[in-house]
Amino acid sequence: MSVQQKIVEILAEQAVLEPLDVSADATLEDLGLDSMNLVEIIFAIEESFDIQIPFNANEPDASGFDISSVKSIVLAVEGLLAAREA
Amino acid sequence: MGRRVVITGQGTINPLGPDVAHTLNAMATGVCGIGPLDIADVDRLMINIGGQVYGFDPTRYFPKQKLPLYDRFTQFALIAAAEAMGQAGLEITDELAEESGVILGTAGGGLQTQDENYRAVYQQGKNRVHPFVVPRLMHSSAASHLSMVHGLRGPCYTVSTACASSNHAMGQAFHLIRGGGASVVLTGGSESMLSFGGIKAWEGLRVMSKDGCRPFCASRNGMVQGEGAAVFVFEEYEQARARGADILAEVAGFAMNSDAADIVMPNQKSAARAMRGALRDARMGVDEVGYLNAHGTGTTANDKVETAAIREVFGGDADNLMVSSTKSMHGHLIGGTGAVELLACIAALRDGMIAPTINYHTPDPACDLDVVPNTARQHRVTATLSNAFAFGGLNAVIALRKT
Repeated sequence: MSVQQKIVEILAEQAVLEPLDVSADATLEDLGLDSMNLVEIIFAIEESFDIQIPFNANEPDASGFDISSVKSIVLAVEGLLAAREA
Repeated sequence: MGRRVVITGQGTINPLGPDVAHTLNAMATGVCGIGPLDIADVDRLMINIGGQVYGFDPTRYFPKQKLPLYDRFTQFALIAAAEAMGQAGLEITDELAEESGVILGTAGGGLQTQDENYRAVYQQGKNRVHPFVVPRLMHSSAASHLSMVHGLRGPCYTVSTACASSNHAMGQAFHLIRGGGASVVLTGGSESMLSFGGIKAWEGLRVMSKDGCRPFCASRNGMVQGEGAAVFVFEEYEQARARGADILAEVAGFAMNSDAADIVMPNQKSAARAMRGALRDARMGVDEVGYLNAHGTGTTANDKVETAAIREVFGGDADNLMVSSTKSMHGHLIGGTGAVELLACIAALRDGMIAPTINYHTPDPACDLDVVPNTARQHRVTATLSNAFAFGGLNAVIALRKT
């Protein structure tokens, strides 16, 4: 399963949607996800990929972990995975 | 209108000091009690700071044979209560003992005991734990030990409403005495959540700051936890006056309510309703209140919502109101926080010492109150409010008046 597929699966589960209904350019808001869903999503991603995401709900933009769309989350996770390999 | 209730003793141990005098001196000089956490497995935590009671040696306070019964939160409560009772100078006669009780707040209870013993059985694979684990960890343990040490045989219980626990406890103590159910109540709160498990749990919510507590500042990025206790002697006014007690302040009003909305997000409407309720209960006008000790956690959401709620209640008078969050100095003591913060209210009434909000450097238009930035102020004040707004939408506000 690709990084994108896994993240879509996690988002779909939180949003109670089918993975097919989670498009790459969708925002969390589009998917009906709120701040509580977000911290659960981050937890699920950390557990799935064994990475640490530097996210603070008080300053979502400061962490460098871009949550503005499905695509941006995938890119951010790929970045963290690459950094771990390096 | 029932009987009047006054405060005749106060005691504390918290990151700012081992007693009231040191704590108030630290507040008056804007000392920060937050620093690197010194706990087991801190290297496995993302959050490494807290308002810890450093260098605390329980053997200095308690005989060795008593210690197996006292979790750290109970130790803090006992130390604070001893100071408060010492100041109140009450003689607990047989008759008075039955009219005297204890109502304490705590959110986590004996968390250190839980942490240590889960570690023993799950991590170290031990098959045996100390026989007193249950009496140590129960939430009511501190309240029970206070009643035993001071011989108070009236109502005794613990209130647990997360971050509002001690305000709820003190509100209940106020109601109990006002309604005639007791004439003396030892009340306040205690917390000791700075353990690996305690911090790890909070990390998950992503609301903790890694670098400091900066309430109302545009740079704020979350809360910082503290530990400790404060305990007060609440006493029926006529009795206190008759025995010539030194009255620190009058508990003038209290209100509590629930948002019934969200498990973590604060709610402006019911925060405002709680402040209004306390003012109404105290028959206190908004122009009478000179100082408000804010809940002021340093999270983006709380400080913005609390500011809006204060503006909603105080209207134009909000600009004449001094508002500070002493959490910037001692951290968020969770179930004990309202009690430590009441010390700041009493100091404002007694000494005109207005405790500051430290670590403040960049104004946030969403938090445009006089937050008494960085430096304490000397100002005569005759009435104060103290806010506590807990997760789960549980709000509790206490109004004090100078006597």
